[in-house]
Amino acid sequence: MSSTIFILLRQELLLSLLIFLLLFIKIGKERSNESILNLINILLFVNLASGLFGMSEGGAFNGMFTTNAFIVLEKNILNLAMLLISMQSYAWLKNHKQLAEYYLLLFTSLLGMFFMISSGNLLMFYLGLEMSTIPLAAAANFDLAKRKSSEAAMKLILSSAFSSGILLMGISFLYGTSGTLSFDILTAHISNNPMQLFGFILLVSGFAFKISAVPFHLWTADVYEGAPVAVTAFLSVVSKAAVLFTFTSILYKVFTPIATVWYGVLVVLSVATILIGNLFALRQDNFKRFLAFSSIAQVGFILIGISGSSQTGSASLVYFVLIYVFSNLAAFGVVSVVSALAGKENISDFKGFYKTNPFLSWVLTIALFSLAGVPPTAGFFGKLFLMMAGAAKENYGLITFAALNMVISFYYYLKVVKAVFMEENEQPIQKLSVPAITKLAMYICIVGIIITGLASMVYDYIYSLSIGM
Amino acid sequence: MNLSLLILLPLLTALLILVSKQLAQIRVIGLVGSLAQLGAAGWLLKLYMDQRAAGNAATHLFESNTVWFKALNINYHIGIDGISLAMILLTSLIVVAGILVSWTMEKLSKEYFFLLVLLSMGAYGFFISLDLFTLFFFLEVAVIPKFLLIGIWGSGKKENSAMKLALMLMAGSALVFVGLMGIYYNTHTFDMVEIGRMGIALGVQKFFFPFLFLGFGIFAALFPFHTWVPDGHASAPTAASMFLAGISMKLGGYGCLRMAALMPDAAHSYSWIIILLATIAIIYGAFATMMQTDLKYINAYSSISHCGFVILGIGMLNKTSINGAVIQMVSHGLMTALFFAAIGMIYSRTHTRMVAQLGGLLKAMPFISTVFVIAGLCSLGLPGFSGFVAEMTVFMGSWQNPDGVYRIATVISAASIVVTAVYILRATGKTIMGPISDEHALLPDATWNEKLAAGLLIVGILIIGLAPFLINQLIMPTTDFLMINIDKALTLK
Repeated sequence: MSSTIFILLRQELLLSLLIFLLLFIKIGKERSNESILNLINILLFVNLASGLFGMSEGGAFNGMFTTNAFIVLEKNILNLAMLLISMQSYAWLKNHKQLAEYYLLLFTSLLGMFFMISSGNLLMFYLGLEMSTIPLAAAANFDLAKRKSSEAAMKLILSSAFSSGILLMGISFLYGTSGTLSFDILTAHISNNPMQLFGFILLVSGFAFKISAVPFHLWTADVYEGAPVAVTAFLSVVSKAAVLFTFTSILYKVFTPIATVWYGVLVVLSVATILIGNLFALRQDNFKRFLAFSSIAQVGFILIGISGSSQTGSASLVYFVLIYVFSNLAAFGVVSVVSALAGKENISDFKGFYKTNPFLSWVLTIALFSLAGVPPTAGFFGKLFLMMAGAAKENYGLITFAALNMVISFYYYLKVVKAVFMEENEQPIQKLSVPAITKLAMYICIVGIIITGLASMVYDYIYSLSIGM
Repeated sequence: MNLSLLILLPLLTALLILVSKQLAQIRVIGLVGSLAQLGAAGWLLKLYMDQRAAGNAATHLFESNTVWFKALNINYHIGIDGISLAMILLTSLIVVAGILVSWTMEKLSKEYFFLLVLLSMGAYGFFISLDLFTLFFFLEVAVIPKFLLIGIWGSGKKENSAMKLALMLMAGSALVFVGLMGIYYNTHTFDMVEIGRMGIALGVQKFFFPFLFLGFGIFAALFPFHTWVPDGHASAPTAASMFLAGISMKLGGYGCLRMAALMPDAAHSYSWIIILLATIAIIYGAFATMMQTDLKYINAYSSISHCGFVILGIGMLNKTSINGAVIQMVSHGLMTALFFAAIGMIYSRTHTRMVAQLGGLLKAMPFISTVFVIAGLCSLGLPGFSGFVAEMTVFMGSWQNPDGVYRIATVISAASIVVTAVYILRATGKTIMGPISDEHALLPDATWNEKLAAGLLIVGILIIGLAPFLINQLIMPTTDFLMINIDKALTLK
């Protein structure tokens, strides 16, 4: 019995081990930042690699914790994203004093996400969610000297607290009407009971806050702008992905009896999210704000995918998130390097970027093309498969809307490409020397962007696992 | 022959260009790569004709079907028939010519050649696809290189033109995508051959045909979605203009044709709208051209008019007219590519494209002027050149349609030839004849690469113009087959 728990929880335990190691590093003797960073990156790689071997299926703690091959895959994707973010923040962290704390906060948050994804019970889910959110607020405040960073942290913690409140209220309604918190039992008690529907709506609002779906998105742009780039990357990729994974599994597992209700909710949310995200992204000049709004629009597309049937829906979600990890982190990687080494974060600063930094320009361009959904990058497949999954409901009005909105999103992604390649700048960003490890992370992202799409086995693999859900 | 070769050759060329260092190396790789494509296309033609002569009556030859995304029933299904082979030959000719005329490109030459080759890869992939998803994939592969080519190497208000073109084409593919979804969820497959065999329910056809036809129509400069054409062509560098008019617009025409064959009922019931739009495009394009003073704009607007004939031929839905539409696609591709090449040669020497500032070029550059005149004469449909054959066939086909409205549309479209003659003769007359200004008098004539490029295209034009039976032999059996399906669908109703 005890050994099975070790196997089931091995990803969580390994991460906890990393957190303890960091604590020892912190109180141990003084080391150079480079050596700590290298050590952490190696450990993160080991952490990722260990997740790839051996699938385990089962539950622990009376069904509060469940895992299967699909969930392990989701956690692996988050581990991969964590590793890439860590590799890309090398230039920024090299001279940072509170290096260990930064990783402590992110790892703790990641651990919370793991528990959230694996939760088989609303209580466990809530615990995981809080554990993942609170460290993030502290991490958002990591540019200690900047006032905007503190503002971001404040906004994040307040809006998270608010959304958690709403979420808890929804949970208590569900508990009050069904008398249980366990997903398996709860689903048998779900009906069109108004009280339960209200609880469901509150629960969805709580989720919508975390994934910044419109109209619950107002915190996103400010927080993304104020937080350090690496934390923004974590917020926009890892945190969002984890909540989306959980959201999807709860929708498909628990709320199947009211599928028509949540289909309507998802359609409204996705239409608003895509439209508002796109319209606001059009006019941003700060790169992080731009990526914030574009990521809002991406969430809208994801919601369309989820609205389809469960198997293709969850498969296309996980597939898209994997692609999103590569593409968004490649874009954030470039922004992060430029911000750390040149101190510039505006799109207008990127004018003439190609003349001085061809490599970074290509990385950025390929990443943006993938985000926009241009073939042969993987983003094309990711987005199309989401829309194909959504089209299964034969709601062609929604699909037409989404397809035309892809054109709007092309406009703002191409605008950046235009600035990078076509426009002149009197004071272009100087030639930057990218750290080797960051360069490696970018190569991984580019290879990922190209391979994940064209090589169909990635999708087929995810799809085959999603049957087991 | 494995058709994937047509995708692998450009891919290999592009990768080699990416790793090469010197300008000379890049050029040579680009040229050798494009010649290899031309060779492959020619070899394919020979094999195809041999197979047909040996009595192989299959609709598609060299078919191969590999599972791509198993879970979604997406297959990499490729194969060619006469029409796609004609398009492949056209593409390979224009690619060689395009690479040759960009020989002197020195600004970011590596990226330039890379994007040109990437664009051609998209076109080949598009023409050999028998699976709608693959078709769509390659259609979009060909869009982004255009954006970068125009935006980086273009002239004038290049950024705006590039953005306009990319967004309009993307909107076109968005419409195509919605149509594909509709077909997919009603037939549960993307395979065109299979869909053709099963047929699509009438209601589904009528609902989704407009999405698909308009979507591809935007690529083919269908009125009123033609507005990207003039700006895009005028701002693009020479080779990109050639690719754009010669290859890219054909993607749209070819797509429209395939969609009409796939959904004959819908094509039939919407044919009056298609023909109305085509007639407007033909007349509007011709008159708009008369008002232009910039050579590139003249050719771009006349392209709208000429591509109208393609749509007209498809809309008439009979054997002769569809044949004409295909020949018109090939002929227009060669002819505009030649025209843009000639304009590019003139511009690179005189640094102006304004008709008013040019004159008497025949004295300084006889070769380029001759090329220019040939392109012009082909454009106005002089017998002996491909334009005549193509337009004549379209008109003959259109006239076969006895309904009054169609007759009127045919007469009006045919009348546009007069307008074409006016603007072509005026433009050529003013640029080639008359007194030459002192600064232009000493300009050099075409270099070897330009002569070769123009020569290739002219040979293509003359082959179609003087021996139209050759291209008919290639495409007729295929149109016959298409018509069997279309007639069957229409008589059953």
